[in-house]
Amino acid sequence: MQLAVWTYEGPPHVGAMRVATAMRGVHYLLHAPQGDTYADLLFTMIERRDARPPVTYTTFQARDLGKDTASLFQNAARDAVERFKPQALLVGASCTAELIQDDPAGLANNMGLPCPVIPLELPSYQRKENWGAAETFYQIVRHLADTSVRPAAREGRRPCVNLLGPAALGFRHRDDVREVRRILDLLGIDVHLVAPQGASPEDIRTIGAADFNIVLYPEIGDEAARWLDKTFAQPAIRTVPIGVGATRAFIAEVAALAGVDPAPALNDPSSRMPWWSRSVDSTYLTGKRVFVFGDATHAVAAARIAHEELGFTVCGIGCYNREFGREIRNAAKEYGLEPLITDDHLAVEDAIAAAAPELVLGTQMERHIAKRLGIPCAVISSPVHVQDFPARFSPQMGFEGANVIFDTWVHPLVMGLEEHLLTMFRDDFEFSDAAGPSHLHGSAPAHNAMQAQMQAKPEPVLAPAGDILIREEAAPVAASGGSSGWTDEATRELHKIPFFVRGKAKRNTEKYANEMGLAAITLDTLYEAKAHYAR
Amino acid sequence: MSPAQALATAEKPRDGGLQVLRERGQREVFCGLTGIVWLHRKMQDAFFLVVGSRTCAHLLQSAAGVMIFAEPRFATAIIEERDLAGMADCHAELDRVVDRLLARRPEIRTLFLVGSCPSEVIKLDLGNAAQRIGARHLRSETGEGVRILAYSGSGIETTFTEGEDACLTTLVPEMPVQAADAPPSLLMVGALPDIVEDQFLRAFAELGIANVGVLPARRAGALPAIGPNTRYILAQPFLGETARALEDRGAVRIDAPFPFGAEGTAAWLTAAALAFWIDEMHINRVIAPGRERAKRSLERYIPALKGKRITFLPDSQLEIPLARFLATELGMIPVEVGTPYLHRAHLAADLAQLPEGTRISEGQDVERQLDRVRADRPDLTVCGLGLANPLEAEGLATKWSIELVFSPVHGFDQAGDLAELFARPLRRRDVMRI
Ligand code: SF4
Ligand code: SF4
Repeated sequence: MQLAVWTYEGPPHVGAMRVATAMRGVHYLLHAPQGDTYADLLFTMIERRDARPPVTYTTFQARDLGKDTASLFQNAARDAVERFKPQALLVGASCTAELIQDDPAGLANNMGLPCPVIPLELPSYQRKENWGAAETFYQIVRHLADTSVRPAAREGRRPCVNLLGPAALGFRHRDDVREVRRILDLLGIDVHLVAPQGASPEDIRTIGAADFNIVLYPEIGDEAARWLDKTFAQPAIRTVPIGVGATRAFIAEVAALAGVDPAPALNDPSSRMPWWSRSVDSTYLTGKRVFVFGDATHAVAAARIAHEELGFTVCGIGCYNREFGREIRNAAKEYGLEPLITDDHLAVEDAIAAAAPELVLGTQMERHIAKRLGIPCAVISSPVHVQDFPARFSPQMGFEGANVIFDTWVHPLVMGLEEHLLTMFRDDFEFSDAAGPSHLHGSAPAHNAMQAQMQAKPEPVLAPAGDILIREEAAPVAASGGSSGWTDEATRELHKIPFFVRGKAKRNTEKYANEMGLAAITLDTLYEAKAHYAR
Repeated sequence: MSPAQALATAEKPRDGGLQVLRERGQREVFCGLTGIVWLHRKMQDAFFLVVGSRTCAHLLQSAAGVMIFAEPRFATAIIEERDLAGMADCHAELDRVVDRLLARRPEIRTLFLVGSCPSEVIKLDLGNAAQRIGARHLRSETGEGVRILAYSGSGIETTFTEGEDACLTTLVPEMPVQAADAPPSLLMVGALPDIVEDQFLRAFAELGIANVGVLPARRAGALPAIGPNTRYILAQPFLGETARALEDRGAVRIDAPFPFGAEGTAAWLTAAALAFWIDEMHINRVIAPGRERAKRSLERYIPALKGKRITFLPDSQLEIPLARFLATELGMIPVEVGTPYLHRAHLAADLAQLPEGTRISEGQDVERQLDRVRADRPDLTVCGLGLANPLEAEGLATKWSIELVFSPVHGFDQAGDLAELFARPLRRRDVMRI
């Protein structure tokens, strides 16, 4: 048994839902108890989908057990096929139904349903969401792909590709696809299909017609891509174009495989990130310590951007999906770090606290951790929350993605100029610490509004789903000094340190005092510690 | 209607004549685990350990969204392959997890082991485990132990708020025995936000009811005593099993409509006071100011809500009393009132006041029910989070039911807030030009 408070990934059938929901014309019959229907809200609330996921739950109850859960399943299958008329029906079990062993695949196959049935075996007690999505997508492709379909003769047509991996509830998948399509268009390459996002079973049937595949999200698309390579000899591009360097490499690989000139895409004038990063205002970014955690693909990409394209120092790297642990281990080696491969968020919290980074790049989990520790944070990977499904176009991939990344990562850090102003004017009464960096105020309007409401109400009670109501703990950074051991003089000095580094200064000084066995922290201790920890 | 009259109607429920549409099909509701989200906030020294799957953990996380709490007082012991394969003895594993947990959280006085569908299907006896572990965790230094209790919040046994019912039911045997000659006492049953609970306690004190206990108590050591001299009043409509357990211990239920709005609250407080032979003049005097305040706060909303048609999809079992409130105090027209389970006796007083012709449905077949919503086209549909945006996209205004469970909505001083929850989605539609 594993003790878990928060989880990075849901169960594997949620992965299957992400695939089914992304597609058109499929329906998923899930043998599951009523409570499992909560998963619908992930799509309708967090991703703001305007339609229910195409999922029918059998919602068996205790009184059905040992009697007729099987016929319940068959009735549900009949009703769902009649009502939704899918072109393909996925059938499977959630964790509970797996235990009662009704064999959804066999039951559905015996019914003579008027559409193909794709059975999903997703072992809930071993696997998790990403694996479930990958397996589901693979099964769909394997069942539906027409192996006689091959690319048309190459002469007289543009090369064409499949984009594999984008799914529902994915971090920026919608926008990544649009950006990658733009790149391909500049290269004169057609997109045969995007899958699972937006694909129908009929589209999948023709998947063999593309010249090659591009795996945008290996966590979801790679298993299918490997099968396609084996079956259709369709090669796959696995370079994920997140970051300027990776995008350039991606363009070069794609162009080479397609036999086209990479220049039109490489010379894209909308690539602003390199100049933004070289311009003098960005100097202050140099050597900022960042901690990176997410799914392996996004974490590896983020670390590379941080290191090569922003001049940060990567002080921690990890992922929650063990299946891709190798990628993280390789990257960690490059930065001389111990990889953190865990899905225990408490372990991640400890690691972040120990690394004392100046910026955390992570999932919604790390955002909360960072908030508690008073460290700026930007989100780079699923799982994400409702505010990470923006209305505007904001990809992670391609040159536009790099532009977006520059803005979103630098934003939480105190801007270069502002940093100086704060230090210079910190005794000016108009520059009260309480104001904090001006740009942070608007960063989470929903939360701030909620906080205000919470403070107004004596009893915040509880938080409804999609966490509409929350109670925030004040970031500890602002509260500092005065703790036992600090002399008044040292405390006063501590308050002169800009608030955004004060927390760290305080922690370091206390750690130093502790290690040195000092009972009192004096002005000297403060500066000794500063010298001790100076990079 | 005066509270006395309200009570009178309550006494003769419109029996037999009640038409209930019973459905069995796909249900789109949370399971009882969800109750943990508010119960762990209510009982400040209790911890809830779900013994379940990753799905259960994910449900709690998705329904709770309270990740802000570094370590909330709940967690899931996720059953893994090796537990199922018998490679690890489930009970030994559970002991290990609990020991670790209690070592980490020494302030915990009550630990609930919460059963889930998987733990039930594999017949993991949590009651047994609770006894075994409880025996080991008597904290001898203080003489004070950690109370370990077990209940089921599984989706195959419980629907949403029934989780609270199951939880409170396990607390009943833990309540101390009331002395045989104890003076009559009142027990208010059902988890309420602290602010509402305090309002009610103040009202009972002003009414002159001397001994008032609350279930669940905020702290484990504070469970009130119970016995034949206890009169209990339900503050929530979903507590059927708890009520039964209380009656097994001799407590007697005070029948009343549920305390929503000016009239519901007035009738509820009156029923409690009358059970303690408090003079009716005094009762009216005490409750009049709150009732007037509530009425005034509701008046603002009448223009927006009167004549508006509303449908409730089954969710929390609050549907019947809320429909009663909206119909009798704000002039709304309930079209269909769905509830996962209809406890006729406890809801008699509210049922009796629903307008003639209200369609009441019990259980669910979500697709058929949505067909009816589309045919009825009510002005407002109260539904779960999974259905709200899809219905909005079909042009139907919705109110998320979950907010009704999470926000303070009972009592005089929340009457206006409660009306606001229904008025806001309609007002929003009026103001928007997009
Ligand atoms: S319905 Fe059952 S399996 Fe699903 S979350 Fe609830 S208790 Fe867990
Ligand atoms: S509190 Fe905010 S960041 Fe956290 S999970 Fe909720 S919406 Fe996401």
